[in-house]
Amino acid sequence: MATSEIFNLTTAKRDPAFVDRLIPDGQLLRRCIQCGTCTASCPAAHAMDLSPRQMWRMVQLGLEDEVLRSKTMWLCSLCYQCQVRCPRGIPLTETITRLKEMALKRQLAASRESVAFYRAFTDVVRRYGHMREMEFMVRYFLMGNPLSAFGFAGLGLTLFSRGKVRPEWPKLGGEGRFDKLFERVAELEEKL
Amino acid sequence: MNARKKYMFYPGCSQESSALEYKTSTLAVLEALGAEVEEIEDWTCCGASAASVMSELLGVVLPARNLALAEQTSPPLGGKEGGGMVDVLTVCSACYTNFRRTSEAISSDPALLKTINQALEVEGLVYHGSATARHVMDVLANDFDLEALKERVQRPLTGLTVAPYYGCQTVRPYSPFDDDQRPTSMVAILEALGVTVHRHNREASCCGTSLLTTKPDVGVRMAASVLEACEPADCIATVCPMCHMNLDSYQGKASQAVGQPLSIPVLFLPQLIGLAFGLPESTLMLHRHVVPVRPVLERLKEAA
Repeated sequence: MATSEIFNLTTAKRDPAFVDRLIPDGQLLRRCIQCGTCTASCPAAHAMDLSPRQMWRMVQLGLEDEVLRSKTMWLCSLCYQCQVRCPRGIPLTETITRLKEMALKRQLAASRESVAFYRAFTDVVRRYGHMREMEFMVRYFLMGNPLSAFGFAGLGLTLFSRGKVRPEWPKLGGEGRFDKLFERVAELEEKL
Repeated sequence: MNARKKYMFYPGCSQESSALEYKTSTLAVLEALGAEVEEIEDWTCCGASAASVMSELLGVVLPARNLALAEQTSPPLGGKEGGGMVDVLTVCSACYTNFRRTSEAISSDPALLKTINQALEVEGLVYHGSATARHVMDVLANDFDLEALKERVQRPLTGLTVAPYYGCQTVRPYSPFDDDQRPTSMVAILEALGVTVHRHNREASCCGTSLLTTKPDVGVRMAASVLEACEPADCIATVCPMCHMNLDSYQGKASQAVGQPLSIPVLFLPQLIGLAFGLPESTLMLHRHVVPVRPVLERLKEAA
């Protein structure tokens, strides 16, 4: 999406309640005055398709699909600079995590790598209760872009030789450490 | 310091592998300062940046599980009703943020605690809300007299110039112990060790670690901007294993990205304190870093 794209707000599909479905107090997001402090503070804004300021305006306008399809949220490094500097006190960084969750659930996520990253990480935690770097990377490359593994091979060997990656092989089959906890969380979340 | 300080230690996943040297040096330094540190038994991952993307509830249940374990092992002074708090020592800024975010979410929505405990039931655990995470940066800067630290210094690090680097989540957004734009916690500690502090304008900038795997081009450039700001110093002092991974292990890739050779050793703050305390290499494990620490040791030898 070009940053200069013009939306016809009369015909665009909009849901004014989008902000209320994103966070419990959606009114907070309506407070944005478009000052642009978020964009000026963002170390990754240059790589985004929508600048943070543009994205928050589109969130206010209820342009849900356009927002969820943008790459912006996947370039957020969670540094919280926009959130602490926002003169309107909006929990911007925390809301980005909710945008990611929503984009994943609606299968609109614009970053195959990010989806693979979050899935692979959570799968490993469910299985073992903690991180296992080798298994995580294997799962990540298989789910995402297997060819990108070559870019990490050299560094992987260096880290391995320093003992910074443990030689742990995947356990096949058997129950996961957190199967029950994850199931309970899913049940509770249905009810919320 | 009157009573002996006690902490329940939450290492976090990186402390078992990529940042083992951070764990061993932190524990040794705290022991030298007379603190009592007990590792939380059966601790598990805090969920990192991933769990709360998959599920908002999971993103608070995983941290709460560890806080509940800390309470169980070390009941707060004066019992649950006594209002005492359990200090959970965290060394990773991402874990720290997850713990504090969970505590904040519970205090602004008391019903959430009930839901969390309904989930923790399957683990046979209850969280009461009395265990709170403290960052090792906070503990080192605020729980011990500077004089006590100075007394332990056996080998002042005179002649060494160090660039402090806090990173983002150490000081933002749930961190009560320092300024979120211009932190200063490390300055007095570093000066007590005898080093010259190189202040720079990237001390609380993001290093980009969370983008390293998924958007390496962007993450590595963010690291490069931190490294460039620190370059006039002999080494960098960090207090986060994620920052360390990016600044140290990816320094070669950062050099390529900006087309200029960057070579600056990156040490964990407790490793520098340990050096000044005269702790052995078996504890400090300086050899584990990707960018060689040798120039730092040589600089110290020259000065001595």
